[in-house]
Amino acid sequence: MTITLAPPASPATAGRTGPVGRLGTCWRNTVVLTRRNLVHIQREPAQLSDVTIQPVLFTLLFVYVFGAGIVLPHGANYTDFAIAGLLLLNLTTSAMGTAVGLSTDLSTGAIERFRTLPMWRAAVLAGRSMADLLSSALCTLIVALTGLAIGWRTHASPASVAAGFGVALLFAYALSWACACLGLVSKGPESAQSVGLIILFPLAFVSNAMVPTQHMPDWLQTMANWNPVSAVTAACRDLFGNPNPSGSIQAWPMQHPVWAALAWSLAILAVSGPLAARLYRRRTTE
Amino acid sequence: MSAVPMIEADNLVKHYGPTRALAGVSLAAPAGSILGVLGPNGAGKTTAVRILTTLALPDSGRGRVAGHDVVRAAAAVRRLIGVTAQDATLDDLLTGRQNLRVVAELSGLRASEARTRTADLLERFDLTPAADRVVKGYSGGMRRRLDLAASLVTRPSVLFLDEPTTGLDPTSRSRMWDVIRELAADGTTILLTTQYLEEADRLADRIVVIDHGLVIAGGSAQELKAATGGARLEITLSAAHPVAVAALEPFVSGRIQVRAEGRQLAAPVRSRSGLANTVIRALDEAGVLVDDIEVRQPSLDDVFFALTGGDAPAPSLDDLPRSDLEEVRP
Repeated sequence: MTITLAPPASPATAGRTGPVGRLGTCWRNTVVLTRRNLVHIQREPAQLSDVTIQPVLFTLLFVYVFGAGIVLPHGANYTDFAIAGLLLLNLTTSAMGTAVGLSTDLSTGAIERFRTLPMWRAAVLAGRSMADLLSSALCTLIVALTGLAIGWRTHASPASVAAGFGVALLFAYALSWACACLGLVSKGPESAQSVGLIILFPLAFVSNAMVPTQHMPDWLQTMANWNPVSAVTAACRDLFGNPNPSGSIQAWPMQHPVWAALAWSLAILAVSGPLAARLYRRRTTE
Repeated sequence: MSAVPMIEADNLVKHYGPTRALAGVSLAAPAGSILGVLGPNGAGKTTAVRILTTLALPDSGRGRVAGHDVVRAAAAVRRLIGVTAQDATLDDLLTGRQNLRVVAELSGLRASEARTRTADLLERFDLTPAADRVVKGYSGGMRRRLDLAASLVTRPSVLFLDEPTTGLDPTSRSRMWDVIRELAADGTTILLTTQYLEEADRLADRIVVIDHGLVIAGGSAQELKAATGGARLEITLSAAHPVAVAALEPFVSGRIQVRAEGRQLAAPVRSRSGLANTVIRALDEAGVLVDDIEVRQPSLDDVFFALTGGDAPAPSLDDLPRSDLEEVRP
C-alpha cells in the first residue's frame, strides 16, 4: 500500500463559530444522519412494513371485518369514519420504530465514532426523528390511498384536509420523541420493542380511533376522551369533513379537538425533546 | 520534534463500579512521536484511551491534547483527534464510501471536500474496489483499514489507535505498521496501545508499560531492555567438562543453568564489549572446548514478563463484551 498523506492541515471547517454557524452545523449534522437512517431503511426494507403493508392490512381488516358490525350514530358511513382512526392507529403503533432504531444505534459501534467527532451531539436524535417523520409521511400517504381505493371521501376544502394531515404528522413527530426516550432507557432493541407495544397499543386502541366511545364503560370512556390519540383523530375527522361522533361528548378535548391535538403534541414535544437530549447525554457518559 | 507534549495524562484515575480500571496513569507524547502503551488485557489501556479521546470522564486526574483539557475543552479536543477504537466503529449497513462520507460531513467538511477526501482515502487504503459494497461483508483487515481511514478524514494532528492490529493476519499487520510509520513521518502524534511487544518495539519512540491500572515502566525500547535483566550468555560445549562452570563463574551476574548433560550453559550477564572473547579465552585456558557462544540481548518479551511478573492476565474490563461493561458503569 502506498500512501502519501498530506501533512496535517487545519482541521476542516468544523469549528465554525457564532450562533448562525452553530445552527448551520446542527442542521447539516441532522441532514447527514437523516440520510444515513434512510439508507438503513433502503438496505432493510422490511423495516418499513409497519408503514407500508400494515396500513393496507389494517385498513382492509377494520373496514370490512369490524366495519360490518359497527353501527354509527345517524347512520354515518363507517369507511368515512374509519380512515382518520386508521391513520392515527398506524402512526401511533409505528412510533415504536424510533425506540427500536435508536436502541439499535446505541448497541452498535457507530455511535462511538460519532462521539469522537466535532459534531452536534443531539443530531443523532434529531436525525432519527427526522427519518421517522418521513416514514410517517409515507404511512399517511398509504393510508390515504388505500382509503380512497375503498371509497373514503373527504368533505372539506383542500386546505382543511391538508391541515388534518399536518395535525396527524405533528402528533406522530411528537410521539417519536417520546419513543426516543423509551429507546434511550431500554437495554436493547428487543426490550424497546416489547415495552413500546405495551404502551402504544393501549394508547392507540383506548380511543375513538376505531369505535365511537359512547358505548364504553364510564371510566374507560373518560380515559378515551382525554387520550391524545382521540383528540388528534377527532381533529382529523373534523378537518376532513368526516363523521365525528365524539363531537357530541362534553369533555373539553372532544369539544375543541384541533386545539387539544395541537396542545397535546406540543406538550409531548416540550417534555420529551429535552428529556431525550438529557437521557442521551446520560447514556453516552461514562 | 518539539518537546511540547501533544498528548498528556496526569495521574488519571477511573473506576467502573467496583472495578478500578486506572489507578493513576501519567504519560506524555511529544509532537510527532509515537507513544506505545503496552500492557496485558485489562491493564487499563482502553480506559486511558477513552478518557483521552473524550469518551469517558476520569474520576480524578487530568488529560490534555495539544494543551486542551479533555473534560473542559472536549469540543476543541474532538476537532484535533482521530480515533480508531479496538472494536470497529463502522456502520455495517452502509457502504465503505458512505461510512467515510458520513464521518466527513459530520466533521464539517463541505459535500465536495467530503467526496474527494473520501475517494482519496479509499484509494490510499486499497478499498476502492470494495468502496460501494456494504461493510457487513468486509473482511477483518478491510474493516480495520476503513476504520483507520475514517479516523483520518479530518487529517487529525493527534491519532489514537487502540490495538490497531489485534486479530489481523501478518500481512495486514505489516501493512498497518507501514501506514502508522508514514503518518508519524508526516508529523502526526500517535498514541498506540498494543499487547504485542514486537509492535511497540518496532513502532514506538517511547513505551509506557501499564499493568493493573498503573504505569510500571517507561522509556525507549532500548532503555527498557537495559533496565531489566541485561543480556543472557548461552554456551554450547563440545563435551561436558568438570571445570566449565567454575571457569564461567567470574563473568556471570546470576545462577548458571546447566542443561543437555552438562553441554549447555546459560546465565545472565552484564553486557560489555569483548565479553564473548574474554569468556572464550578463559574457557580455552581451562581446557574447555566451545562449539557455540551467544550473548543474547533481552527481547521486549523478557522485559515485559520481568515487569509484570509474568502471571497470566486476569479477565477484566477489556475482555468483557460492551453490553456487560454497560452494567458496571455509573
